[in-house]
Amino acid sequence: MTDRIAARFAALRAEDRAGLVSYLVAGDPDQAGSQRLLDGKPAAGVDLIELGMPFSDPMADGPAIEASAQYALGAGATLAKTLDQVAAFRRHDNETPVVLMGYFNPIYSYGTQSFIERAAAVGVDGAIIVDLPPEEDEEFRRPAQQAGLHLIRLVTPTTIGERLTTVLDGASGFVYYVAVTGTTGTKSGEAGVVQNAVERLRQATDLPIAVGFGIRTPQQAAAVAKFADAAVVGTALVETVARHRDTPDRMVEALHADIAALAAGVRNARQGG
Amino acid sequence: MAQPNTYRSGPDERGHFGIYGGRYVAETLMPLILEVEQAYNAAQADPAFEAEFDDMLRHYVGRPSPLYFAERLTEHFGGARIYLKRDELNHTGAHKINNCLGQILLARRMGKTRIIAETGAGQHGVATATVCARFGLPCVVYMGQTDIERQQPNVFRMRLLGAEVRAVRTGTATLKDAMNAALRDWVANVDDTFYIIGTVAGPHPYPAMVRDFQSVIGNEVREQMQAAEGRLPDSLVACIGGGSNAMGLFYPFLDDRDISIIGVEAAGEGVETGKHAASLTGGRPGVLHGNRTYLLQTDDGQIIDAHSISAGLDYPGIGPEHAWLKDSGRVEYVSATDREALDAFQLSAQLEGIIPALEPSHALAHVSKIAGDLPADHLLVMNMCGRGDKDIFTVAKALGVEI
Repeated sequence: MTDRIAARFAALRAEDRAGLVSYLVAGDPDQAGSQRLLDGKPAAGVDLIELGMPFSDPMADGPAIEASAQYALGAGATLAKTLDQVAAFRRHDNETPVVLMGYFNPIYSYGTQSFIERAAAVGVDGAIIVDLPPEEDEEFRRPAQQAGLHLIRLVTPTTIGERLTTVLDGASGFVYYVAVTGTTGTKSGEAGVVQNAVERLRQATDLPIAVGFGIRTPQQAAAVAKFADAAVVGTALVETVARHRDTPDRMVEALHADIAALAAGVRNARQGG
Repeated sequence: MAQPNTYRSGPDERGHFGIYGGRYVAETLMPLILEVEQAYNAAQADPAFEAEFDDMLRHYVGRPSPLYFAERLTEHFGGARIYLKRDELNHTGAHKINNCLGQILLARRMGKTRIIAETGAGQHGVATATVCARFGLPCVVYMGQTDIERQQPNVFRMRLLGAEVRAVRTGTATLKDAMNAALRDWVANVDDTFYIIGTVAGPHPYPAMVRDFQSVIGNEVREQMQAAEGRLPDSLVACIGGGSNAMGLFYPFLDDRDISIIGVEAAGEGVETGKHAASLTGGRPGVLHGNRTYLLQTDDGQIIDAHSISAGLDYPGIGPEHAWLKDSGRVEYVSATDREALDAFQLSAQLEGIIPALEPSHALAHVSKIAGDLPADHLLVMNMCGRGDKDIFTVAKALGVEI
C-alpha cells in the first residue's frame, strides 16, 4: 500500500518547499457543494487535505468552525456521507493525502473498527481526533495503523518535557503543531516563538511537522512555511464558505482564489532567503 | 458482568470506571488535567487540607445537614419510614456548595488566580460565585443564553456575588454548550485558571474528586441513621442529572450490599417521546466533555439536547461512575416525568412544609411510587438536595398560575 502522506512530504522536500494544508468541514454548505469545494482543492494549490467530520459539540474549535459544523449537520451531514465524499474524491485523485479531522464520538458511534475499515477502503490516509489524547487513543490507533491509517498526534505549547515523549511515542504520518493555546481561529502565534517551538520539536522527531491554528493570510502562511513542513489553514477558509452560502458558484471561485493566494505564499516562502 | 469485590475502588489509575470515564480532552488540556490530578492526590494525603475543608463545611456551609424523619410523608404513603437528608438547608440552598468549596481550596493550593465554571439552572454558578467571593478570586460563569432567559434570579445572584456571567449562544445555547465554552476558555487560559466542574463528570480526576467532596452527604447519613434508628438504612433514593448529589449519598454505601440504591433520572415528557434527560434509560455509551459515559445522541453520534422541567437535570450525559454502576447492576436507575415531579413538589410543600427544588422532586416522585409497598420497618433515605425557591416561577407557569 502506498503511503500518500510520506510520498507527498518527500516530494515537497525535493522541491525545497513547505506544503499547504487546507481544512473545511464536510457537508457545508451541502453534500454537492462541499464535494465541489473538495474536488477543486488540489488544482487550486492544496498539497494535503484535512476534511472536518462535523460534530455537535466541537469543544476545541472556535465559533467559525462550530457554526460550519452546525450548518453541515443541519444540511444532513453524517459521518457516512463524509466517507462517501472521500470515495468520490479518490475517483479522480489518488495522490493528494486526505486526513479526516474531528472528535471521537461520531466514530465510536459508527463503530471504531467499521469506521477504520471503511476509511481505509475509500482512500483516507489518516485521522486527527482532537479529544483522543495518547492516554486514550489505543483503541483507535492500533487497528488504524494495522489498516494503514495514520493517527496524527497533536503537539501544543503545553506539550513539554516528558509529555512530549509520551505524545511522540506512537506518532505517525506527521506531527501537527498547534501554534497557540486556544481554540481554532481565535488568536495567532508570534512567528519567532512558533519557530523556536518547531525547532525544538525537530530535535525530538523525524516526522514532518505541520503547523496550524491562527494562520489566516498568505503572509502568515509564508512565515510558517519558512521553517515548518506544512502550514494549515482552516478558519479563514471556513469563513469564506460561510460568506458565500447563498451564491454557490461564487463560493467555489472565492475559496479557490483564497487557496491560490495561500499556496503562492507557501511556495515562495523560502525563495530569496 | 461479574460482581467485583468492592464497588468503591474506582476509578483505576487512568481514570476509568470499567469502560467509562477517562480523559478525552484536547492535548492542550492534558498537562493541566494531569496537574490537577497530582495536586488532588497530594491534597488528599494532607491532613491540613481535610481540616480546612471540614472547618468550612461546618461554619460556612452549615453542615452537618439534618437527617429528618418525614412523619407526614411516611403516614401519607403508608409504608416505609421516610427520611429526608436536608441538603437544601446548606448555604446557597443545595448540595453544590460542598463540591465548590473543595475545588476552590484545591485551586488555591495550586496557585491558580482565576476561576471558571459552567452552569445550567444557575445553582452551580451561584455556588461557585459564592466561594469565589469568599476567597477573593475573580469568577467567570458560562451559561447558555436559553438558560439565562429562564433563570434570571440566579443570573442576578451571581452578579451580586461579583461573578461575570457570560452568555453562550453557540450550539443550542444550553448547559452542554456552556460546558464547551468553559473548556474553550480553559484551553486558552491554562496558566492561571482553574475550572470548577459542577458534577461528577468531565475528565479524570473530576468525577472521582467531585464524588469525594460530595461524599460528606452519605457519610453523615451513616452516622445520623445509626443515631436515629440504631442501624443503616434499607434504601437510598436520589435524583440524577450529572449525578453529583446521588454519588455523594450512594458512594459510602456501595459495599453495603443489602442496601437498595436507586437513582432517578428526569423523564421529561416521557422517555418514549424523546423529550427527556434520561441518559441511562434512553441513551447509549459515547464520549463527550472528557469522559466516556451514557449520552443522548443520534444514530450518527451527534449529541441531542436533553429536556426536563428541572434545568438542573437537563444534561445529555451522566457521570461515568453511574454508567458503570448501572452496567454492574449495583444501582437501579429509574425515571420520573415532569408531571410526576410537579405532583411530588406540591406534596412535599403541603405535607412537610418543605418546598423542594424540582430536581429532588423527581426523587420524591419515585419514593411515592414505591414507599407504600414497603414494610413499616423499612428505612428509606431520600436526598433533598436543593430547595425550590428558584423554581417557583417555573412551577407556577406549569400549573397555569400567574405570579
